[in-house]
Amino acid sequence: MSDVEARPTATKVVEIDSHAINFGPQHPAAHGVLRLILEMDGEVVERADPHIGLLHRGTEKLIEYRTYMQVVPYFDRLDYVSPMCEEHAFALAVEKLLDIQAPERAQWIRVLFAEITRVLNHLLNVTTYALDVGAITPSLWGFEEREKLMEFHEAASGARLHANYFRPGGVSRDLPAGLEERIGEWAVLFPKFIDDLEELLTANRIWKQRTVDIGVMDAEQALAWGFSGPCLRASGVPWDLRRSQPYDKYAEVEFQVPVGRNGDCYDRYLVRLAEMRESVKIIRQCLNKMRPGPVKVQDRKFTPPHREEMKRSMEALIHHFKLFTEGYHVPPGATYTVVESPKGEFGVYLVADGTNRPYRCKIRPTGFAFLQAIDVMARRHMLADTVAIIGSLDIVFGEIDR
Amino acid sequence: MTEIAEVVRTLPGARNVRLEKGELVAEAERDRLLPLMLTLRDDPRFAFEQVMDICGVDWPERAERFDVVYNLLSVSLNQRIRIIVTTDESTPVPSVHTVWPVATWWEREAWDLFGIVFSGQPDLRRILTDYGFEGHPMRKDFPLTGYVEVRYDEDRKAVVYEPVRMTQDWRHFDFLSPWEAITTLPGDEKVHAARLTETPPQSEQKT
Repeated sequence: MSDVEARPTATKVVEIDSHAINFGPQHPAAHGVLRLILEMDGEVVERADPHIGLLHRGTEKLIEYRTYMQVVPYFDRLDYVSPMCEEHAFALAVEKLLDIQAPERAQWIRVLFAEITRVLNHLLNVTTYALDVGAITPSLWGFEEREKLMEFHEAASGARLHANYFRPGGVSRDLPAGLEERIGEWAVLFPKFIDDLEELLTANRIWKQRTVDIGVMDAEQALAWGFSGPCLRASGVPWDLRRSQPYDKYAEVEFQVPVGRNGDCYDRYLVRLAEMRESVKIIRQCLNKMRPGPVKVQDRKFTPPHREEMKRSMEALIHHFKLFTEGYHVPPGATYTVVESPKGEFGVYLVADGTNRPYRCKIRPTGFAFLQAIDVMARRHMLADTVAIIGSLDIVFGEIDR
Repeated sequence: MTEIAEVVRTLPGARNVRLEKGELVAEAERDRLLPLMLTLRDDPRFAFEQVMDICGVDWPERAERFDVVYNLLSVSLNQRIRIIVTTDESTPVPSVHTVWPVATWWEREAWDLFGIVFSGQPDLRRILTDYGFEGHPMRKDFPLTGYVEVRYDEDRKAVVYEPVRMTQDWRHFDFLSPWEAITTLPGDEKVHAARLTETPPQSEQKT
């Protein structure tokens, strides 16, 4: 082709069977800023080459220049659909290096909000996924439900999205009075909403035509491509970090791990729906088992003192000042700490060198592995199926591009 | 965890096998990395079916400045191991994308951010940074601000790259103060030990 353009007088007929199309980065079904170069054979995808990094903000580099306390908000902005779960991973990693443990109540609050975040995430994913393949109603309904959960986020942390609530050593503050009752009331009503959502989608003929047997990953492939979370479980691998490597209070709650069989888009949807039901169960158990008590480590070298204490105690004032300027020093060491975020295994590889800043903080984004496998999953599928596959993988670019 | 550590210790190519904060860590010889990784994946005693993460760590003062860290996970045996290989700017590390296909993107990322070269990796393109980016931003000698900034030029009707102009001086506070912190500083051992073990301070004052 380029030869012809270079010499306009030359005549040459070139026949090209496949052609490349540019999917995104400004495409509503790209879930953010995914740029997908698709080599097409007619309407069939021959090869998919995702180009990522359009939302790269250098989070890992920035973290190396911040104190441990200043780092937490960066984690909210990774996977902005499930902020508290990302904070959870960082908090656990720092606690491991510091060799401290959050008090009981803080651990229960964390589990409670991690599960609320999971419901938030799955609601957004399932409903926008339905929107991508043509169903508008679920997203209209789902966003109303999400709004209720956002209010819980706001009541606890003061922010709807970027909570900055889980801190190394506990949570930033206790739940306000009455919030536990409100969450309890919501947890009674919510399963009804999942039933309604299922009524719209699960047996829907169009929905099934678009998702069943699309983007199939068998168990072996899913493992090789580094899948985790709902996408791995949909392929029939019963693996859940909350169950197999429990952290905080997950060992003390009862829940089922839903597992799919076919590893297609439809199973990934079913697993997410089932997980929401399990999350509600965990939320109820948290509310029952939670007891009043401190919500952060009582060592003032790691967590700030009470405001009223600072008015009277010189030492508290010094601690407060030191914490918010210098921060705490973390002894040298390294840890790879993981949590089961709504999307799968979210890990933090944290290297400390004894100063008040992380030496290296590698974030293991979940969607990175999923996105890489799109080439395998979308091959020989129609272009429209690629949209369904992207939707079913639940990718968020905040965490993939970091 | 200790049993598997003993077994890993006998593998050729693995050195310095240790438990760090309850996590199994092993260093590997670069030349024998591939056979070691294959053993770790295929041997039923290890069965590490997944590589969850590959990343670089930069230690500029060392002769071989980069660590390449592999975090492996065995779903069937519920165990993890961390393999660490060292390298420098030019010496390639054998690519493990033949062992786990997911490694390709992690290796691309390590190449992009650190400039670590992987031999046998057919697709070593940049992944996170901009098209046409120069340098490897996660290296410790790469400035946080970078070298160029991007803006849309209304006159030229194009996106232009210009050297970074700082509107405010780069503020860097030295917090490594000589006062007592959580690290034990010379002369501070007694206070620090008392606080960590939470023994009542009276007994120490008497001595």
